[in-house]
Amino acid sequence: MAGVEPTAPAIGAGRAGRSALNILPRGASLRGILWQAVLLVVVLGLGWWLVGNAERNMAARGLSFGFGFLERSAGIPIGEHMIPYTPADTYARALTVGLLNTLRVAIVGILLCTVLGVALGLARLSSNPLLRALTGGYIEVIRNTPLVLQLVFWHALLLQLPSVRQALNPLPGVFLSQRGVKIPALVAEPALYWMLGALAAGAIGWWLLLRRERARQAATGERRPTILPGLAMLLGLPALSMLAMGAPRVEWPELAGFNFEGGLALSPEFFALLVGLVVYTSAFVAEIVRSGIQSVHKGQPEAAQALGLTPGQKMRLVILPQAMRVIIPPMTSQFLNLTKNSSLAVVIGYPDLVSISNTSINQTGQAIEVIAIFMAVYLALSLITSLLMNFYNSAVALKER
Amino acid sequence: MSATLAPPAPGFFTRAAIFARACVTGPLNIAITLACVALLVWLVPPLLRWAVLDATWSGTAAQCREAGGACWAFVREKFWFSIFGLYPYEERWRPATMIVILVAMVLASCQRRFWNRWLMLAWAVAAPAMLLLMAGGVLGLTPVATRQWGGLTITGIIAVYGLALGYPLAILLALGRRSDLTLVRWFSTAIIECVRGVPLISLLFMAAIMLPLFLPEGVTLDRLARVLVAYTLFTAAYMAEVVRGGLQAMPRGQYEAADALGLSYGKKMRLVILPQALAITIPSQVNTFIGLFKDTTLVVVIGVFDFFTTLRAALGDPNWLGFPTEAYVFAAGVYFVLCFAMSRYSQRLETTFRPGQR
Repeated sequence: MAGVEPTAPAIGAGRAGRSALNILPRGASLRGILWQAVLLVVVLGLGWWLVGNAERNMAARGLSFGFGFLERSAGIPIGEHMIPYTPADTYARALTVGLLNTLRVAIVGILLCTVLGVALGLARLSSNPLLRALTGGYIEVIRNTPLVLQLVFWHALLLQLPSVRQALNPLPGVFLSQRGVKIPALVAEPALYWMLGALAAGAIGWWLLLRRERARQAATGERRPTILPGLAMLLGLPALSMLAMGAPRVEWPELAGFNFEGGLALSPEFFALLVGLVVYTSAFVAEIVRSGIQSVHKGQPEAAQALGLTPGQKMRLVILPQAMRVIIPPMTSQFLNLTKNSSLAVVIGYPDLVSISNTSINQTGQAIEVIAIFMAVYLALSLITSLLMNFYNSAVALKER
Repeated sequence: MSATLAPPAPGFFTRAAIFARACVTGPLNIAITLACVALLVWLVPPLLRWAVLDATWSGTAAQCREAGGACWAFVREKFWFSIFGLYPYEERWRPATMIVILVAMVLASCQRRFWNRWLMLAWAVAAPAMLLLMAGGVLGLTPVATRQWGGLTITGIIAVYGLALGYPLAILLALGRRSDLTLVRWFSTAIIECVRGVPLISLLFMAAIMLPLFLPEGVTLDRLARVLVAYTLFTAAYMAEVVRGGLQAMPRGQYEAADALGLSYGKKMRLVILPQALAITIPSQVNTFIGLFKDTTLVVVIGVFDFFTTLRAALGDPNWLGFPTEAYVFAAGVYFVLCFAMSRYSQRLETTFRPGQR
């Protein structure tokens, strides 16, 4: 159909014949169409060949393609599960348990590595040369050694901890032993829910107040304090809830017989994975924060100082808003890296999605289906994370006319 | 005065004095300094005692346990094993020669004055030669199955061949992603995003478990070859994004000038755009490569005995039980030296390639 063009000497040529060919995009040429057709044929041919091979191979091994195996009983024992699970449950449920374990370590890891990374990034910019040197050394060592090695190292270190009876007790209520880490837990009962609700209401109230006062300042130039009324809401509402419903109970871990009772238990595998991921990723986050802050032009803090802003105001109102624009995109990819790297759990035996998928493949032989499932899950997680960060990014991006 | 007597000394003391003065400029700063010193006092002496003073440098496991400190004798005992793995003892000169060639080639490739056609030709000769040397079966060399390869040798092979095979593919993918042809753009984008969106080990699982399913009956691919397929693919996807950055950074005028000269697409890219785009992204390419080099350790999940896995396997020696920390510290040291050297090299290149400052 593109043959009506007499010749198509180069890409982008053939403008003269465009009126006859307006179904094709701008710059379309015979050669371009030919190349794409060749590509399509090659890709389809390759796909057809691969699928044919897979069909024959699976038939030879007595397997058939399909997701029916998900309904079968898995028989995989999983030590850590956030939803009720027994080995008699189905593969679908086993994989869900793995996904939840991945999400648990990823979400906690992202929160902790942000906090640690920002602290390290600021420390590396400190005016104190000793602190700067120490942080720099730490970051270089962490960044230049493989994550797998670090995970295995932390795991080995945790297993060298004393037995339960001689557990280390660095903070009241925190016990470190070969069996992992025990921390105090809040008891799930109405008093806790009421207090959490009050806390959330206080935070929302503060945010609404801040918004209103900001609008007022923009409209009238008058500045009224928001910190005290905000704090009053944030702390006062939970205090009221405690008076009304009673304080939420904290369950302290206690040594009883051969193991601890009560409290929240973190397995050595979860803890090693979490520590490894947080330490590793925070070094990268620190560098992102540092370069973000350094990217703010030198004149900006000087101008802020000349206006008489306090160091806190200078940071909050002038430097950070500008640094954030540089920081957020690479930060997003670090969060995604952490989530993807949590799949290394398989090396130290934490039952994450990939580890359970691997066991499922070995048991059922349904490699294509299981790998398709977990790849789809990771792609979805990546997309959701970058979508959320893009929303935030567009909120802080430079508003240009 | 002292400057004329002993030139290097005052430099150091002046620097130390500036350093010390900067540590005590105000109450908060003094508090930070004290906290740092406390941390060092808490960490350094025990570490020093463990790693140096109480350490055992040669001897047996029993002597190590008696001394209580670090057991470097273990690392010494397993050093050559961590380099060559299970490669037959009397044939070890072959991986040793391969490593020498590899190191020489890499060092030569780092010199900018060697960046020309001859270097590419040298790689084209050296790359297959090294593999033949390892595998044997020609020129009277006894064949050695890849199953027996291991240690630092295999880490080097995966990293270098992954880069060598992945790099051209990366350029194609990057060009494809910037192409005017819709289908080409879609395919390139899909490949890049799918590879980068999933964990690296899932690609290794795919190569190890799924690839045999997709090959014709009777065709089997060596395990190392499967690892290389996966590693090449993810090198290509990650490098492609770096190259794309370089392509996007090229001013429009460069494309337009090439078009105005009447260059074809191939010539435009080969002679005008790519040389500049690749040059300005060399520092990011090195940084990406550092990440990929560290990721060679992931092959542990499918049982390929790279440097780190070999060391871990050495921990299972019944004569030398109980020295994991020493093994990990040694492995970390080797990776650190290699990666740190690369990152310093990339920083040096950055100063020469920074656009606008040439």
